[in-house]
Amino acid sequence: MAVDTSSQSVAKAAGDSARGRSRGTGKRNGGSRGAVRRSLSTHWYAWAMVAPVVLVIGVIIGYPLVRGIWLSLTDANERNVERSIGVNHIPASYEFVGVDNYVDALTGSQFVGTLGWTLVWTVACVSVTFALGLVLANMLNRKMAGRGVYRMLLILPWAVPGFVSVFAWRFLYDERRGILNQLLAGGGIDAVPWLNDPTWAKFSVIAVNVWLGVPFMMVALLGGLQSIPGEMYEAAEMDGANAWQRFRHITLPGLRSVSTTVILLSTIWTFNMFPVIFLLTRGGPGEATQILVTQAYKFSFEISPRDYAQSSTWGVLILVLLMVFAAVYRRVLRKQGEVW
Amino acid sequence: MTTATATGPAKHRAQAPARTNPPRRGRRSPLASVGLHVSLVVAAVIAVFPVLWVLLTSLKPAKFATTTDFVKEPTLENYTNLLNDTPFLTWFGNSLLVAALTTLLGVFVSSTTGYAVSRFRFPGKRGLMWTLLITQMFPVAVLIVPIYNIMASMGLLNTSTGLVVTYLTIAVPFCAWMMKGFFDTIPKEIDESGYVDGLTPFGTFWRLILPLAKPGIAVTAFYSFITAWGEVAYASAFMVGDENMTLAGGLQKFVNQYGAQWGPMTAASVLIAIPAALVFLLAQRHLVTGMSAGAVKG
Repeated sequence: MAVDTSSQSVAKAAGDSARGRSRGTGKRNGGSRGAVRRSLSTHWYAWAMVAPVVLVIGVIIGYPLVRGIWLSLTDANERNVERSIGVNHIPASYEFVGVDNYVDALTGSQFVGTLGWTLVWTVACVSVTFALGLVLANMLNRKMAGRGVYRMLLILPWAVPGFVSVFAWRFLYDERRGILNQLLAGGGIDAVPWLNDPTWAKFSVIAVNVWLGVPFMMVALLGGLQSIPGEMYEAAEMDGANAWQRFRHITLPGLRSVSTTVILLSTIWTFNMFPVIFLLTRGGPGEATQILVTQAYKFSFEISPRDYAQSSTWGVLILVLLMVFAAVYRRVLRKQGEVW
Repeated sequence: MTTATATGPAKHRAQAPARTNPPRRGRRSPLASVGLHVSLVVAAVIAVFPVLWVLLTSLKPAKFATTTDFVKEPTLENYTNLLNDTPFLTWFGNSLLVAALTTLLGVFVSSTTGYAVSRFRFPGKRGLMWTLLITQMFPVAVLIVPIYNIMASMGLLNTSTGLVVTYLTIAVPFCAWMMKGFFDTIPKEIDESGYVDGLTPFGTFWRLILPLAKPGIAVTAFYSFITAWGEVAYASAFMVGDENMTLAGGLQKFVNQYGAQWGPMTAASVLIAIPAALVFLLAQRHLVTGMSAGAVKG
């Protein structure tokens, strides 16, 4: 039942937004019964084709999302949600509390503090990853011996499942017996508390995420580089442009559409990067490396009693932040005349 | 835009004849060449070392796991211990099952949508595109609690079914989005030729487009497979008990706050990574094309 209505509401929301854009035709379509039938007869196959996805998204994303938003407006926790203990079924007893959770989150220091570190983490990871990816892509775009081999080796961090790589790094970072500290000891340098000191831990998690992210950037940008026609460089060279000018005026504009896409994707992925933080430090030491997503996870699965309401609140806030970011990013691009 | 950058420097043609003996493009000074190779070698070493180190460690006897020697008394004992004394194979089977079902259902459900969104203009299309895009930004935190509660009330926690359904929340929007990108690269004239020959839109999709899109579908399938294969958050929260865990949860058992069993951990890592990495290296060229095509033309 609930399932049914939520899928309808998604379909309706989709329809509404479409109509919102082309207001004139929308009203005409909605106005008369004949127009509805005509629209149905022209579009029924398109609608039939998208129906499975609309249905699935409505049921397994739309419905939980609505419930998540509802939970964030209540005081739900492990002790008062609907649950079964043995044969006893205990109905939910949590209550609606309005926007109290949001007020708490936004006025308290924990959310804002975590958000601050999350932003530092995202900006640091994306900018370093992009810079390294761009440099490596430019190197690989030259004709030279062993290009294929380099490319293969540099892609490797992407090819290995992320959680395996993160464990590999934990192995390297191990304070007493990890290879990194053993190498440093060989050079007479004291052991570095890679994951046990707040500042070092921040550095370490960023390093791992960059290591994981560079191959994707590199390959995407390399694809972009290869789509720039070589004649343009030749023409520029004829005209006396030096290497920097060629890079600045041909390479960078040529990479624009690829880079805007990969920066957007990579920002969203990094902002939500759960496995790196969770498996490397669990947000520690203390809460030093906790980003919003891992903290929300902690609220609902690692503390007792599990605080579902708070976790949902943080989840909704994260989603809102990302959507605002994507909308602003898109608008800025559009102002600059980008077609996307 | 592109023509502007090309003709821009052309205006200065008259002022720039002073250049003597221009180096031909593609030819570097030996010094630049050495610099290039040195930087790439350094980058490649950094990229490969952690993976290589895990591989080497897995071949050492467990008691020497943390020595710095590259090779020390090479043995396969970590692998035999892993396979015989731990539930690794169960976890592997669980992961395989969950990832395969997710992929199959994801691709099956979303292929027609990818096609419809790529080809037709219809009311609701814009909203659907936005929905597909926005669901890909969903942080795990926004759905994990409600899904956990729903699964708990339906008795699906700790089951593969529950995990597959959960992973579909990631796979379906992603697959639809990516396949749209692949369908976009197939010329529309092919559809038109289908209509001329009297095929319905479904017939065109099924008989003409789908066969052409096979590589794209394979890549989409592969990518959703490794996404499910490597998912950590839902797997850690939903699956407990040795017999139900997937690999992401299982590996955490080897390394926790009380200590680390690097021997079995590294052996397991190698066994998990090798198949994924091999297929990945074969598929990656198409992967980026599909993703950026879908994103750019959206």
